[in-house]
Amino acid sequence: MTAQTAKKQAFVRELLGRSDYAIISEIVEPGTKVLDLGCGEGELLEWLAANKGVQGRGVEISGVKVQHAIGRGVSVYQGDIDEGLADYPDQAFDYVILSQTLQETLYPRHVLQEMLRVGRRVIVAFPNFGHWTVRYSMLKSGRAPRTKLFPYEWYESPNIHFLTVQDFEELVALEGLVIERRYFLSGKSKVTLLPNLRAEVAVYLVRR
Amino acid sequence: MIVEANTVRFDSITLDSGATLAPVEVAYETYGELNAAKSNAILVLHAFSGDAHAAGISHESGKPGWWDNMIGPGKGFDTNRYFVICSNVLGGCRGTTGPGSINPATGCPYAMRFPVITIGDMVRLQKMLIDWFGIPRLLSVSGGSMGGMQALEWAVSYPDRVVSSIPIAATTRHSAQQIAFNEVGRQAIMADPDWNEGNYYGKQLPGRGLSVARMVGHITYMSDDSMREKFGRRLRGKENFGFGFDVDFEVESYLRYRGSQFVNRFDANSYLFITKAMDYFDLTGGRASLAAALEPARARFLIISFSSDWLYPSYQSQETVRALRARNCDVAYVELLSNYGHDSFLVDVAEQADMVRGFLSSTFEKVQ
Repeated sequence: MTAQTAKKQAFVRELLGRSDYAIISEIVEPGTKVLDLGCGEGELLEWLAANKGVQGRGVEISGVKVQHAIGRGVSVYQGDIDEGLADYPDQAFDYVILSQTLQETLYPRHVLQEMLRVGRRVIVAFPNFGHWTVRYSMLKSGRAPRTKLFPYEWYESPNIHFLTVQDFEELVALEGLVIERRYFLSGKSKVTLLPNLRAEVAVYLVRR
Repeated sequence: MIVEANTVRFDSITLDSGATLAPVEVAYETYGELNAAKSNAILVLHAFSGDAHAAGISHESGKPGWWDNMIGPGKGFDTNRYFVICSNVLGGCRGTTGPGSINPATGCPYAMRFPVITIGDMVRLQKMLIDWFGIPRLLSVSGGSMGGMQALEWAVSYPDRVVSSIPIAATTRHSAQQIAFNEVGRQAIMADPDWNEGNYYGKQLPGRGLSVARMVGHITYMSDDSMREKFGRRLRGKENFGFGFDVDFEVESYLRYRGSQFVNRFDANSYLFITKAMDYFDLTGGRASLAAALEPARARFLIISFSSDWLYPSYQSQETVRALRARNCDVAYVELLSNYGHDSFLVDVAEQADMVRGFLSSTFEKVQ
């Protein structure tokens, strides 16, 4: 492998301004049924419907975002992820997506279990609290870390469960789940070496 | 857009009660053009006191339709793209057969000999109209309040005839509170001596009872906030209390005005029959759960409720949404923030229109 192709492979394009969306869009098979938890204004679901013939549904807590999502033709339900999954029957979806939201849920372990009850596979993307800038920020300041990835004051942060790549892998092992694919991102690039230290965002494809 | 009402007559209709009504007429209006594939038809369903005149300016009265802010070129129900139909409900008094219609057996108005009807009967008559149009599948059925109940009934009774359903500020079954308010209205009418067991046609109308019923109705359609904003404690045309029982407050004046206006356009017996149909409405219909009752539904749903609606509170819409999700149906739902109470779906429509437009557009693309 030449240096040039290696560099090319390491480059992750963005979708809708987000590199985790680019990866999710590659994972999702055409014509499948997808549930997007915390789907915002439904941009990803709209893209998946238009480009992959996906049947998408979304859950979003913000009423204004739900209005916009419905206005663009996406079927979104205004509700809370922590309790909102309970209504769906078992294995109703091919994929359940949780993008950058696991750290905001009250009961992340329960959410993961519920996602795998409702969907055959789950795609989880989360910011890695183990990134070296976070560790350095905390070590240096002695206060709750504030970085590019975690820009909030502790009292304003929506993030209530900080987790690292290693933490997630351990929870997956504890639950006896299978990791089908894992991606680590730093900016727009893929990370292969020392992901727990170097990845800003991790994306996992997991099944039972 | 000047519009005219039309009427179709059918030989008979068999009702949920087992009774037959023959003949039966239905008044309707249409807006926009039916396409060659007949795939762009939308049936709009009016609320309790509405009629077939949903949009445009009536040729007869010169008045705009009850959902004119939602139906028209470029509006939520875009008549440049869709063919919109609205008909007066069975039991109504605005052109469709109801208790004020002539009973062919007697040559007199049916009055209280009119058979008790249900929401299911109203929908059955609408389906006869859609068959008469030769429309194989409606792109959507939509309405607020009682119209929303019909939109739900359509999705369950004729699942292969509707692509989507948009029930707004509605419920799958009337609650005790909803039945209670309807019963107050009915008792007000029946307590009026002019009601005369329903035989008032051609005589003095039971205007006092009917207007009190309407006053109660109007209170339930508003919210504490909207009434405070609209009336507060303002006095009507006076600086001080009158120390009597004539109108003092603006809100009294408004309610009396609305009540008396209603008497001119609505039949008291229709009030009795239609509110009874709403009270009987229960989509569960004796089945184990709402989810079980929704089993036949195949439509795509957009369900909307309003934050200040205490007559058809959001929990009722959420109950419907949860049951549809349990059936893995395609359902979108939002509670819109509005101060206008149950009336929101008629008056505070900007966001509602945006959502309906987007929902219909994506639904229409799927059937093309």
